[in-house]
Amino acid sequence: MSHQELAQPELTGVEVIEDSGDLSRSDVILKGALAAGAVYGLGMVAPFVRTALAKSGGGDVGILNFALTLEYLETAFYEEAKTRAKARGELKSLIGLLARDEKQHVDALKATVMKLGGKPVAKPKFDFPYSTTAGFLKLAQTLEDTGVSAYNGAGPGIKSKEVLGAAGSIVQVEARHAAAIRLQNNKEPSPNAFDPALTEAQVLKAVEPLLA
Amino acid sequence: MSESKIIDPVSRRKFMALAGGSTAAAAFLAACGSDDEMTTASTASARTGTSETAQFGKGDLGILNYALTLEYLEAAFYADVVKSGLFKGADLETIRKFGREESEHVTALTAAVKQMGGKPAPKPKTEFPLKSAKSVLELAGSVENLGAAAYLGQAANIKSPAVLASALAIHSVEGRHAAALNTLLGKSITPDGAFAKPATAKTVLKSVEPFIVS
Repeated sequence: MSHQELAQPELTGVEVIEDSGDLSRSDVILKGALAAGAVYGLGMVAPFVRTALAKSGGGDVGILNFALTLEYLETAFYEEAKTRAKARGELKSLIGLLARDEKQHVDALKATVMKLGGKPVAKPKFDFPYSTTAGFLKLAQTLEDTGVSAYNGAGPGIKSKEVLGAAGSIVQVEARHAAAIRLQNNKEPSPNAFDPALTEAQVLKAVEPLLA
Repeated sequence: MSESKIIDPVSRRKFMALAGGSTAAAAFLAACGSDDEMTTASTASARTGTSETAQFGKGDLGILNYALTLEYLEAAFYADVVKSGLFKGADLETIRKFGREESEHVTALTAAVKQMGGKPAPKPKTEFPLKSAKSVLELAGSVENLGAAAYLGQAANIKSPAVLASALAIHSVEGRHAAALNTLLGKSITPDGAFAKPATAKTVLKSVEPFIVS
């Protein structure tokens, strides 16, 4: 597929790297989610994540570890952006707030995985493709919208009411971040009446190759 | 109107107490539920065997009709605000857009109730104080933050994965609206910190009671 045909080309340059070369299941699903979003658009992210998590069979711990990997990505993105995005004023403070929130999500998810008797996944390394403030903002918008869709996709697969409630309290914050970043880009904070998700049937066909 | 008037301060305090700590991570863990601390509305209602939204119908139908009632209210609010002439330009466009999205939620929830064989809740008659642009924006912010908290409060009570997926797709949009309005108001986009707090149906209904005429 040529570059022009991609729905969200900026996502293709986001790298998830494990030093050992041994990606965790969560890393693989995150890479798949980014690829699904890049190729087919953000409406594909929620159903892809839902299907991939169901297939991986890791239960609530598996879902929490996937969420943890996503939060690792967002934390790394904003921590790095503190200097690399060359932001000033309002945007600079916003980046600080987002970095703090994402770090708290990481800490809470790690603690919850351990509480459920699981082992928190290791933090992979990330590489983000941007070189200007505008490039940062564009990628931030796509990543936040992707994060919202990923959580919304994972939600219905969660067994424990408590874990679901907690994931809900994080996704609402991600949606708030997405809206704030979109406003920075002079974009509508809520482009759709429903955060988009294609139907399961549409997805299965399209993402089968990504569901390794 | 201040947020504290809209969101019952007692239940907020209770939540904080139950959450058992000042740090957000502690609040999250409490929300994840230990065996002895029943923090969520769902576990409380599971114990008593009644649903928080029973007055709107059984199970998922009751939750959908509760959400429909709130969406009717939000849609009516924005329609009145547009008519009030208090806003123009970009702010008016934002209000129109949010109003359209709430109307789409009404349509979707009505269809979902019917699809499940239920009777959609009636549209309530509403009246909102529309005195100044500033007070209306404040009210809009309170309504949206409350709406987001209302969905969050019910998410874990929903049985059907399909209904849950739809509710989550609306919930995050309410969160987006709330953050956008908070930005316009010069308030924090995340007033609860890194973890949004849920609101029980009781709290929500009490908060919107002043706007429902019949």
